Amino acid sequence: MAELLSTEFETAKISLWRRITDSFATVAAVGAVVIVLLPLAAIFGYLVYKGIGSINLAFLTQIPKPPGEEGGGMANAIAGSMLILALASVVGVPVGIGAGIYLAEYGRNRFGDVIRFTADVLNGVPSIIVGIVAYGLVVLSQGHFSAIAGGVALAIMMIPTITRTTEEMLLLVPTAVREAAYGLGVSRWRTTLSITLRTATSGVITGVMLAFARVAGETAPLLFTTLGNQYWNWKIGQPTAALPLQIFAYAISPYDEEHKQAWAGALILIVLIVASVAAVRYVTSRGMLKGAN
Amino acid sequence: MLNQALGAHGFTGPQPVPKPELIQPPTQASPLAHVGNSDVADRLFSAAMFACALSLLAIVGLIIYELVTKSAASWHAFGFHFFVDSNWDPVNEQFGALPFVYGTIVSSILALIIAVPLGIGVAVFITEMSPAWLRGPLAFTTELLAAIPSVIYGLWAIFVLVPLLREYVEPFCARYFGWTRMFEGPPYGIGMMAAGIILAIMIVPIISSITREVMTAVPQQQREAVLALGSTRWEMIRTGVLRNARAGILGGIILGLGRALGETMAVTMVIGNRPEISRSLLAPGYTMASVIANEFSEATSDTYLSALVEVGLALFIVTIIVNILAQLLVWTVTRGTPARANG
Repeated sequence: MAELLSTEFETAKISLWRRITDSFATVAAVGAVVIVLLPLAAIFGYLVYKGIGSINLAFLTQIPKPPGEEGGGMANAIAGSMLILALASVVGVPVGIGAGIYLAEYGRNRFGDVIRFTADVLNGVPSIIVGIVAYGLVVLSQGHFSAIAGGVALAIMMIPTITRTTEEMLLLVPTAVREAAYGLGVSRWRTTLSITLRTATSGVITGVMLAFARVAGETAPLLFTTLGNQYWNWKIGQPTAALPLQIFAYAISPYDEEHKQAWAGALILIVLIVASVAAVRYVTSRGMLKGAN
Repeated sequence: MLNQALGAHGFTGPQPVPKPELIQPPTQASPLAHVGNSDVADRLFSAAMFACALSLLAIVGLIIYELVTKSAASWHAFGFHFFVDSNWDPVNEQFGALPFVYGTIVSSILALIIAVPLGIGVAVFITEMSPAWLRGPLAFTTELLAAIPSVIYGLWAIFVLVPLLREYVEPFCARYFGWTRMFEGPPYGIGMMAAGIILAIMIVPIISSITREVMTAVPQQQREAVLALGSTRWEMIRTGVLRNARAGILGGIILGLGRALGETMAVTMVIGNRPEISRSLLAPGYTMASVIANEFSEATSDTYLSALVEVGLALFIVTIIVNILAQLLVWTVTRGTPARANG
């Protein structure tokens, strides 16, 4: 503050040096925005430019051809991703929402703080570590790689995000709404499920979609849990192809044909993710708590 | 029906509403409740929710248990020497993790050097300079960067960033900054520099969104007060906003560091994956996360696997410490206790 007080306030004119610094700061901030937006534009541009040409019916309906051969597709990888994500959601969504309910409705105490802290810590654990743990828990005990192991890894990554957003959304529901229900003699669990959670539904869904979008593109935790597969697989106990794994494998392969497929797969993956983020954006911009008003 | 039920209980009109904390659900079943087992149901429900919350603790417990038990063999075989030995030789069962530690630290620092000014710049522009109509779209677009999966960053880096570095940037650096001896050797494109740049692109949204959050938490009067003293806009931002939010900004930076340390796929795809320590940024390297990603499913012996898990354990401990530190720093700002502004 000292340097501010020493300036002469009487003079209406701001010194040249201060004006230059001010303009420089503005230019620097604008420059930063431009530099950050450049790679974003470049990534999306390349995805569309390189990917769109390789997306055709075969890509969406066929399984991969042997390396070096033309044609083939990623249908089994897309289906495999869906399978793994469904498994992850079946485990992760109820547990995450349950933990969120606990924090919002029962967890205004020390233990709640511990859980909140744990969730934030878990959010920062590198995904590759989660892969190691899922490997130890599921793959080693089953004796082979499987879709379920990948599902467990992704579920572990979904839970903290869902927990924290669910809590946040439930806390937005006015206490008066709960009191109204209690006042009518509705029991606490019924109030929580049918009134509070119901009111916050769109917000909770937002959290779930964000968690889904976050894990949909995860590759590292799948490397040594689902492993990948060149063929169709619908059994949760068997190794399964997954879209991110296939993109990774094709990106580092020496064949041009596979590079093209990698771009096409990446385009499909990003469309999936951006669509869910945009859906979230749309829902939240229409108000989290439509039911409350 | 409703009125009758309420009337029967002597409901006379509006009652004073007690404080929210004191409100408790009815302990006696009223005529409207499903009489009978609501008390049992309540207990069951809260127990189930408690179990869900407990599962978070259980997961962290499991992670620690798995990492510690599975890395024990390596720890017994190599001890602390594991982290200072630079010889990674799976064939002869000799494992030293120093090249990975080095690669992780250097690539992350490089990423921070690039990303911190950019992230703060973006946050300053969005919160303090941008016209209102541009604010929302800009915030959304930068958040979009955070939604792109790591493997897509890697794909883009292999086919776009790496050739660019190889053809233009690296020869340029070697020619004009060669005297620092940090740009020696052939410009492969793939290497430490590519890893640092792709990491920087990935952590800019984290740094800028946290910085934005803590800058928004600075009270508006703070800005008005500094402007009223006759400052320019930049002076207002520097002394009125950035200085008040600096603990939180530091938290955002450390959070970005945490992400950079643990980032796997994009780095694995461009860093070159060679366990060597080189002063040159153009040389290939290897990180802790990458070595796990590349070698875990191929690890043939128990010691090999155990050594990889130990690398994972070290990475886990470091990221946990970094994240806790960041969390605490961000909380000091957003929880309404701003850092003192007299530094």
